[in-house]
Amino acid sequence: MSKAKFGVVVFPGSNCDHDAYNTLKHILNQDTEFLWHKESSIGDRNVIIVPGGFSYGDYLRCGAIARFSPIMKDVVKHASNGGVVIGICNGFQILCESGLLPGALLRNASLKFVCKNVTLNIVNKNTIFTSSYNGNGNVKPGKMVVPVAHGDGNYICDEDTLKSLNDNGQVVFRYENNPNGAIDNIAGIMNKTGNVLGMMPHPERASEGIVGSSDGRYLFESVINSIN
Amino acid sequence: MYSAKIKVTLRKSILDPQGKAVEHSIQSLGFNNILDTRIGKYVELKIDTKSDEEARLVTDEVCRKLLANQVMEDYEFEVVSVNGN
Repeated sequence: MSKAKFGVVVFPGSNCDHDAYNTLKHILNQDTEFLWHKESSIGDRNVIIVPGGFSYGDYLRCGAIARFSPIMKDVVKHASNGGVVIGICNGFQILCESGLLPGALLRNASLKFVCKNVTLNIVNKNTIFTSSYNGNGNVKPGKMVVPVAHGDGNYICDEDTLKSLNDNGQVVFRYENNPNGAIDNIAGIMNKTGNVLGMMPHPERASEGIVGSSDGRYLFESVINSIN
Repeated sequence: MYSAKIKVTLRKSILDPQGKAVEHSIQSLGFNNILDTRIGKYVELKIDTKSDEEARLVTDEVCRKLLANQVMEDYEFEVVSVNGN
């Protein structure tokens, strides 16, 4: 039995919390619980998912208000102690706002909400998030096909930050065809210590064949393997 | 009582696609002398203090901590004394 204990944070306006829960609990048979944003502790959870959605209606800026939810203090502490945190879509925005990841997510260059499957190049395969991507079973070997669904996914950071992201292998995923104008085609990054991942595409929505791609599940399997 | 009027805009170095879209629309109306359009946010705060300096300090802190994300945005504000005490 895996030692991973997943906690899926739920903010008012989260809408991918159940997709994440379903993938972890019912597809991958993991110990998984929801964490209401007003809780002050993540309890015994050792992998935190900050899910997609529109927390607080995207008021002010995407993720700007959610980062001050009570649970986030403990999530930041968990991350600072080396604990695993994965922010997906709105969760990525929240992690950037909370300072766990560098940079920010701007409005898509097209100004349009983009909702479609995209192909990602797995740039760094030596991470706790990507170690299970060996090309076996993927729609395209060495790549992953997952959906994006966002209006603000245009990743930006200053030049020094971009250089250090590239130099330290912190760019984990790049878009094959950039859907939002993100700098350097960046789809997902991790922190310097490699325990916090943020990505705009949705692996939790692509984890069983019936939805068109199961490429996303290997991301969670990588994490599960890293905990054991 | 003080009132703070705050403007938050995308940094000059960052392309503002919303501003560009509006700019094209303005130009299509025939205003050919409109050269640059930037869109931002306007926020008003009422601050319970008698001190001009405190009003500025607290406004600046709120801007830094919440109202503006300095990775992509700049802010400016003015504070004015208003009736109330």
